[in-house]
Amino acid sequence: MFNGGSAKSLIDLQRGEVSREVFVNENLYREELERIFARAWLYIGHESQIRRPGDYFVSCMGEESVILTRDPAGQPRAFLNTCRHRGMKVCRYDEGHTVHFICPYHGWSYATDGRLVGVQQYETAYQPPFDRAQWGLIEVAQLATYRGTVWATWDPAAPPFLDYLGEARLALDLALGPWDGGDGETELLGSVQKWLIPSNWKFVAENFAGDGLHVVSHRSVDMVGIGPNQREGRRDDFGSLFLAAAPRWGHGITYSYLPADAERNDYAASMETSRYFKECWEKRRRKLGERAGLQVIVGTIFPNMSMHGQQPRTILVAHPRGVDMTEMWRVYFVDKDAPREVKQFLRHYYIRYSGPAGMTEQDDMENWNYATSASRGTIARRYPYHYKAGLGVGSIHQFIPGLVTGQPVSLSSEQNTRILYRRWAEFMDASSWSELTAARDS
Amino acid sequence: MASGKNTLITGPAIDSALAHLVLTREVEDFLYYEADLLDERRYEEWLTLLTDDIRYWMPIRKNVPYRDERGDITGEEDIAWIDDDKATLTKRVRQIMTGVHWAEEPASRICHIISNVRLVEPGVALDANELVVGSRFCVYRNRVETETDFLVGRRQDTLRRIDGALKLARRKIILDQNVLMAKNLTMFF
Repeated sequence: MFNGGSAKSLIDLQRGEVSREVFVNENLYREELERIFARAWLYIGHESQIRRPGDYFVSCMGEESVILTRDPAGQPRAFLNTCRHRGMKVCRYDEGHTVHFICPYHGWSYATDGRLVGVQQYETAYQPPFDRAQWGLIEVAQLATYRGTVWATWDPAAPPFLDYLGEARLALDLALGPWDGGDGETELLGSVQKWLIPSNWKFVAENFAGDGLHVVSHRSVDMVGIGPNQREGRRDDFGSLFLAAAPRWGHGITYSYLPADAERNDYAASMETSRYFKECWEKRRRKLGERAGLQVIVGTIFPNMSMHGQQPRTILVAHPRGVDMTEMWRVYFVDKDAPREVKQFLRHYYIRYSGPAGMTEQDDMENWNYATSASRGTIARRYPYHYKAGLGVGSIHQFIPGLVTGQPVSLSSEQNTRILYRRWAEFMDASSWSELTAARDS
Repeated sequence: MASGKNTLITGPAIDSALAHLVLTREVEDFLYYEADLLDERRYEEWLTLLTDDIRYWMPIRKNVPYRDERGDITGEEDIAWIDDDKATLTKRVRQIMTGVHWAEEPASRICHIISNVRLVEPGVALDANELVVGSRFCVYRNRVETETDFLVGRRQDTLRRIDGALKLARRKIILDQNVLMAKNLTMFF
């Protein structure tokens, strides 16, 4: 561990302080790959990327490339993207359809269920023959799908995915469900944006877990107004805001709530989208009653899957690439049955908001970049970061699960980030999932 | 005019060749002037070079098999790096001018090198209303102290003549990167 000490010693929840070492220490980073990214449930893709058997999408877990594919039996499977013979990547396309993954180096080939099916000179070169069944692609220990999203973990002892979600399950239901609150599907709106940012990955995770105080840094985009209406700002009015954390699991969500009798005029800049949303809102009100107006603004599922629930509607995965480098993967969502005009209006709005050219996200990345680099110094790292906002605030809510901080404090509380770092320390200190479970229950 | 030919141009062909040359120079001059406006941060003047119906589009590049008929450029209705109309481009300019757009505050030092300018579809009579023009870009960005990005690729522009002056009506920016190796895209291409 860190200098022989515990990760917990770097996190002082009573005082609301977190050591800068957490963000800049190389040794801690190597430990994170082992203790967090090799154990936690990680988002790896969406079922709409692998609709048919043989479809594949090359994803990643931690620093490592992983192939998400659908096997001949129709099951989603995920494998480490490396040949068992000499390690070459067996797939270097971003996505596609195939029967076999064939290694360019020595020609070993694998079926989409991971089996090693082709070895050069197998009949003559190997005496005695080796057991090909033992040399298939390395598969994740567990894989789960939830409302179209696909998740995996390398740890067979990790709890079932739904347990792991804890109180944050509602957030995935809201963010991934259709606008009308029904049973329809959402789908990816096309390709993945992937880009490198010089930042520690946790700045991204904590930003979406619940950092309402950073909104001030988006003043420029609020001044010019890029929202889906004809007014200033970035979004439509979502009503009251609530921070909610899954305290024992480390997830953090920001919810918004409007009463069901609220008259809404969202997406006013597009007549077609506005009409579609109004129809959905009516259906949603009838179906969900007083809970219809509960939405996810943003959230982070520990460790590195973050989401926007509605405006825009997107999942961002912050893949670690070194203590001071992160590869951002962002995908966008729409209701599958929405009209084409609606999807296209949303596409334009989403990418002027988020992504490397997103007028909002650009300023975030500048802050994370220079916060990381300015914390590396010998003197700088002696001084902890300040997470004291909303200390001791937070309780239970009528229908928002978890530890909830409502208005007037809500967005100015740092409860979700404190909880994220508490969970981070538990992962770093625990030697197994049974210890992690014990920490969770204590 | 086809390149690589060694034939001497004579007779009426000279008029056509000269017209092509003059038009090419006019287009080059337009593109270099545009680059000057951007590099000198004269963004509001730059906006006046754009038609009101401009589509300013930067698709994403993918790793695909050599013969993949879908190609390696994301489609017209797919997620892109940028897909802006005039209103959004105007907002980008206004955002930079707020003085609190931290990704461009302090301002980056940006240099556009534009080359390989070629009339792809010059129109039959060289006086067609619209021209399709190909070019290459090297966009260098240096900001704060040592932060440096170098973005290279192709552009395919549609230029339209309005009241005698060329305007940019469409720009397709084909960046030669898969994972974008810049933290953001605050610059224009």
